[in-house]
Amino acid sequence: MTLTLGHYLSLGAMLFALSVIGIFLNRKNLIVLLMAIELMLLAVNMNFVAFSHFLGDMRGQVFVFFILTVAAAESAIGLAILVLLFRNKNSINVDELNSLKG
Amino acid sequence: MSQTLNASTLLAVPLAPLVGSVLAGIFGTQFGGNWIGRRLSHTLTILGVLIAFILSAMTLKSVALDGARLNETLYTWMVVGDLKMEVGFMIDGLTAMMMCVVTFVSLMVHIYTIGYMEEDEGYNRFFAYISLFTFSMLMLVMSNNMLQLFFGWEAVGLVSYLLIGFWFNKPTAIFANMKAFLVNRVGDFGFILGIGLIAAYAGTLNYTEAFAKAGELSALTLPGTSWMLVTVICICLFIGAMGKSAQFPLHVWLPDSMEGPTPISALIHAATMVTAGIFMVARMSPLFELSDTALNFIMVIGSITALFMGFLGIIQNDIKRVVAYSTLSQLGYMTVALGASAYSVAVFHLMTHAFFKALLFLGAGSVIMGMHHNQDIRWMGGVRKYMPITWITSLLGSLALIGTPFFAGFYSKDSIIEAVAESHLPAAGFAHFAVLAGVFVTAFYSFRMYFLVFHGKERYDQNPDAHHADAHDDHGHAEHHAPHESPWVVTVPLVLLAIPSVVIGFMTITPMLFGDFLKDAIFVNADKHPVMEELAHAFHGPVAMAVHALNTAPFWLALAGVVTAWYMYMINPAVPAAFARVLKPLVVVLENKYFLDWFNENVLARGARALGTGLWKVGDRALIDGLLVNGSWKLVGWVSGQVRKFQSGYLYHYALVMILGVFVLMTYFVWLNK
Repeated sequence: MTLTLGHYLSLGAMLFALSVIGIFLNRKNLIVLLMAIELMLLAVNMNFVAFSHFLGDMRGQVFVFFILTVAAAESAIGLAILVLLFRNKNSINVDELNSLKG
Repeated sequence: MSQTLNASTLLAVPLAPLVGSVLAGIFGTQFGGNWIGRRLSHTLTILGVLIAFILSAMTLKSVALDGARLNETLYTWMVVGDLKMEVGFMIDGLTAMMMCVVTFVSLMVHIYTIGYMEEDEGYNRFFAYISLFTFSMLMLVMSNNMLQLFFGWEAVGLVSYLLIGFWFNKPTAIFANMKAFLVNRVGDFGFILGIGLIAAYAGTLNYTEAFAKAGELSALTLPGTSWMLVTVICICLFIGAMGKSAQFPLHVWLPDSMEGPTPISALIHAATMVTAGIFMVARMSPLFELSDTALNFIMVIGSITALFMGFLGIIQNDIKRVVAYSTLSQLGYMTVALGASAYSVAVFHLMTHAFFKALLFLGAGSVIMGMHHNQDIRWMGGVRKYMPITWITSLLGSLALIGTPFFAGFYSKDSIIEAVAESHLPAAGFAHFAVLAGVFVTAFYSFRMYFLVFHGKERYDQNPDAHHADAHDDHGHAEHHAPHESPWVVTVPLVLLAIPSVVIGFMTITPMLFGDFLKDAIFVNADKHPVMEELAHAFHGPVAMAVHALNTAPFWLALAGVVTAWYMYMINPAVPAAFARVLKPLVVVLENKYFLDWFNENVLARGARALGTGLWKVGDRALIDGLLVNGSWKLVGWVSGQVRKFQSGYLYHYALVMILGVFVLMTYFVWLNK
């Protein structure tokens, strides 16, 4: 059995669906939320790399580097916000963080 | 057309009383700090009216003897498109006569007021008002355009309102002045519609210019209808006259206006202001002549007023109200004459009536003073002995009113009856019957009052309200109840008014009715309405007219009225009581004034209030406030409240919405690009 583009794309879709479900189902921990977002980006990367390989176009892999960089920066900022949030609220429980309510 | 009149001199005629009024009204009252005392305030106002009277008399002389005429615009107030709004004077026979009547009666009333209002707190205020009235009335009669006429019209209405409610602590007076004001609004509404129609179709407010276009107007119809435009204009104008001159059914305010002090009842509500409507119709005669429909309408309204208001005079017990109903009835006579195209006869009766009715009112006021402010003729009697001057002058006034030959009222009233008899309009038959029956009724109620007041037993102590009245009697005569003659300031005007009441008709009938005096002021279409020609044909001088009258119905009807009154109230007082028993339903109808007040209060006033309340509650509160104003914010608030529920504040909710949105967009674009 050879791995085709469809297999890679299915893997990316699964990863993406997992991360979306992770965002919705997670009611407790903000860190899990950040991790789910990270996973979502990885799912996208997976698609990029798969297309790049099967279409023979290097530009997709260049894009992956950019996304990884941005994801790293984003995680850093996200964790920094998280630390500040915990200092102020003494909690990172997602269900208690609803001060955006209108 | 010799030009001997000077517009700037004429300007002094209305302005002199205005100056007097302003001085007394501002500096003589609390408003201006009471600088002017009573003496100075009545001197100033009387001086103003005296100047006006002397200038009016000079104007009358040059108009009557030298044939002088004037029609001049003094000041342009504003120009709107082609429509000019101006202040100007038009002096001809009609104006000159009115000016003299107004200023003379006003002067007499001013002098009389010194005695009548002697103990009243509002002395200076009263003088300010009556001088202001004189100014307004002069502006009204001297005007050469309809706007100024309307200004004067409203100004006299305002002063009338102020004076009816002069004793503003009296609830009945406040009710009466409100009523007068509101009823007059109804009439003024018609009046301003008429003026507006003239302005719209003739394009001018000036009398001469508007009358010059009368021929064009008569060819038009009111847009959208088949009504003749002139008829609509005339009826609208006449509705104004009905309000001001108290014609049925807008007469209801006049009897109630007797709540005011007697001098103004004489000046405003008998002699001058109420005749403004008659004056206006006479002035507009070139328009009224074009519409037979309007003339018939005028004649019917006039005859109803003349006869049926006379009936009401019979059952009144208040001395002033008897005279008030008599005024209504006489105004009806004038209106009938207008309807018969005998404008000069109407104006002639206006003049004679002004003198003898002012006399009767001032006489009644003098009796009221003598009787310590008792106004009920049932508790008078035998006053002749105590008040000889008042008695003689009142007798002369009553004789003039009922139309005794050689007296002033005879000439004017007989001419009206003759004019109606000669008229060929469909309404003339009814009108002729009404004015003839009115002669008997007039004689009856006038002499009923005369006998009850001046003759017979003295009934002062039978007054059930006597003690009550004494408590408020500020004359301080409570110890003796006998009447006393009034001071000279009261009796002199009576005498001065009695003289014209007797002689003015005899002296002026020839020039006024058949001469040139009113010829250019009043237009009669002689081919269609040849009433005046036939009158002139039958006229052979005032003496012959009086002698001839002995053979005609009006004289005998008047005599019958006097004799009936004498028999019923002097010889056999049981008769009226028996009549009242037998004709109970009729008396009830008369006592309730044909239920017109009831109708007005319960149907019109209450209906209007119900309509107003309905519009307020449904239209204003429910629809505008409730639905539109509050409804819109409530809707916005509710929608916002619903939308707000989406903003839960939970990250995963926002994320869900974001992702769902992405899905929707993606599905849409994929679908689109398929």
